[in-house]
Amino acid sequence: MKIPDLTELALRNLRESLLRNSLTTVGISVGVASLVAMLSLGIGLQQMASRRLVKSGLFDTIIVSSRREMRGMDRQEERSGPIFGESRILDEAARQEIERLANVTEAYPDIRFATELRFEDKPHLTMVSALPSSARGNDAFEGMQGSFFSSDSAPEVLLQKSFAEELLGKTPPLGAPEPDVAELAKPLLGKELVMRFAQRAPAASTAGEGPDNADVAGASYSVVSREQKLKIVGVSDLDPESMRGPTRAKVFLPLGLAEKLHVMLPTDLREISHPADQPVYSSISVRVKNPAKIQAAEDAIKKMGFTTFSIADASRGLRQFFGVLYAFLGIFGSLALIVASIGIVNTLVMAILERRREIGIMKAIGASDGDVRSLFFAEAGAMGVLGGILGVVLGWAIGQAINFGTNVYLRRQSLPPENFWAVPWWLVAFAIGFALAVSLVSGLYPAGRAAKLDPVQALRYE
Amino acid sequence: MASVPEAPAAVSTVAIRSENLCRHYRMGENVIRAVDGVSLEVLSGEFLALLGSSGSGKSSILNLIAGLDRPTSGSVFVHGRDLARLSREELAKYRLHVVGMVFQSFNLIPSMTVTENVELPLRFAEVDRGRRQTLAREALERVGLSARIHHRPSELSGGEQQRAALARALINRPQLLLADEPTGNLDSRTGVEIMDMVRELNRELGMTIVMVTHERALAERYARRMVFLADGKLIDDHLSYPAQSVGRAT
Repeated sequence: MKIPDLTELALRNLRESLLRNSLTTVGISVGVASLVAMLSLGIGLQQMASRRLVKSGLFDTIIVSSRREMRGMDRQEERSGPIFGESRILDEAARQEIERLANVTEAYPDIRFATELRFEDKPHLTMVSALPSSARGNDAFEGMQGSFFSSDSAPEVLLQKSFAEELLGKTPPLGAPEPDVAELAKPLLGKELVMRFAQRAPAASTAGEGPDNADVAGASYSVVSREQKLKIVGVSDLDPESMRGPTRAKVFLPLGLAEKLHVMLPTDLREISHPADQPVYSSISVRVKNPAKIQAAEDAIKKMGFTTFSIADASRGLRQFFGVLYAFLGIFGSLALIVASIGIVNTLVMAILERRREIGIMKAIGASDGDVRSLFFAEAGAMGVLGGILGVVLGWAIGQAINFGTNVYLRRQSLPPENFWAVPWWLVAFAIGFALAVSLVSGLYPAGRAAKLDPVQALRYE
Repeated sequence: MASVPEAPAAVSTVAIRSENLCRHYRMGENVIRAVDGVSLEVLSGEFLALLGSSGSGKSSILNLIAGLDRPTSGSVFVHGRDLARLSREELAKYRLHVVGMVFQSFNLIPSMTVTENVELPLRFAEVDRGRRQTLAREALERVGLSARIHHRPSELSGGEQQRAALARALINRPQLLLADEPTGNLDSRTGVEIMDMVRELNRELGMTIVMVTHERALAERYARRMVFLADGKLIDDHLSYPAQSVGRAT
């Protein structure tokens, strides 16, 4: 029989026992819905996790430093790992070269120095670091009080919570509950800090300017003591530099401003012959398009002769975790579909008993075993496809409902809403295809039985 | 082998030939010999009636000729082909193209309309929809059924149902028409109408007809030859002369 004829006859037969076949189809759709619901939950959770990770800036960042910088630190991987190319100076030219690499979105210098900050005439010594304007999206600033820098060169400053505590003299004793950021921020926002720092100035222009000038023999620049007034615009609860360990900063400046200030950095002493307007960086932060591309970018930078560091390995473990999660969710989701497939077998076996005579008639007037088998297959397949489509819709609706419910809950807990539900098109295709496959497998036995029916026996029944 | 009557001059080829045909069923300990060593030759264009009481094996022989059943031993040749040697697939093709069948209980599919029932064999033959509808209309016109062809069989009278079944049997232009008690469920007037139609097919189209019946009068009136069976064995085989002897006992 031709496919359109088969489809037509199959749908006609399904309509004949409408209630029974509808119930079976609903059974399949519930199975498909549970599969879709489970898998889209898994996919959604993974997407949420990787969104979070990308935002955290940990998984798409590579820290690049000059190989010399690492010398003497005796790091394990430096001794055992392969050495690519020649070691190079990490200057502006190198930064631009790295920025041009494939998959790299930006490469900015890490400007980081210990200095003295005066607040209400009291000096505080701390680590200061510069942030590029792209750090605005970093979720370390999600719960921040106040606002991000108004521009990349604004004389503004962000404080980490613990430094805010220090400024207010409110450092809690160990084990005591941490004070609220909002409370800490209130008296500080809009206030002024004065930063004292050492500036590298071109030798010619700074000669004989005052007692602060410290001429270094043979250097192409001099060092000048400067002060810069900064406005506190934000206090952050989280630590955007958790990866830095002990050298992490507690005070943040806009990158543009920090570059303009030409702060004397520890590394400047080493590259003393370098002109002042071509700074040498101690390290560069490189942001990659997405965490999956990090390894390729890292290898490329290593080849240029630099040392790199990233947390890419951790994300690899995460992918493995989601692989296992998918498998589990998939297995639980398909259990209902397996139960539904038993329903198909049952329905079709019943149909054979009921339509025994009809099968006999079809064979008597010339239907082959194959025709009868195809017809039952088509009926099973039609139930599978219909159930699959219905199931995807149902699964999607369940997902939306759970997502909505959870977000209502999150809002009540005053947490930001999350979309942890995703039904990508391939899941829709997979679910319908899987339902079809399961129903065809269920149709194997009934179709074979119908095909082998003896027409003489079948016609004898009245 | 029983005496084979002289064939009319117009028809000379052998349509059906059985040799020592046997069909035995096992019922627990007992073996039922439904067909037990029947040798028979039916010429092309013949109108033959198989007569006998119920259980005489006449329907079993019909099923063997129809290719619905396979002999336990012996053979049936239809137009030279040994049905016992055909595969299941080939038997289905044979039933589709060579044989048309009519039954006592009409055997129309209740969920389909009359037209759909009639064109069903064409679906198995993979004929296009347009051609199917033309052929179905022609077949229905031939059996005089042009009203209510879009109704379901249950909405039709017995006579109309049997006409529809006859149209379905004719749709693939078979060489052989096998009828199993075709008037058994009809009143005598409708039965006559159906039988007139069958005789017309035999005379006008030269179709070979084998009809199973237990009504001797019907056989004498329409068939040209009568074969009598009892306990699966052929007991008598002779010509009747329907043209001259309508209603006359043989």
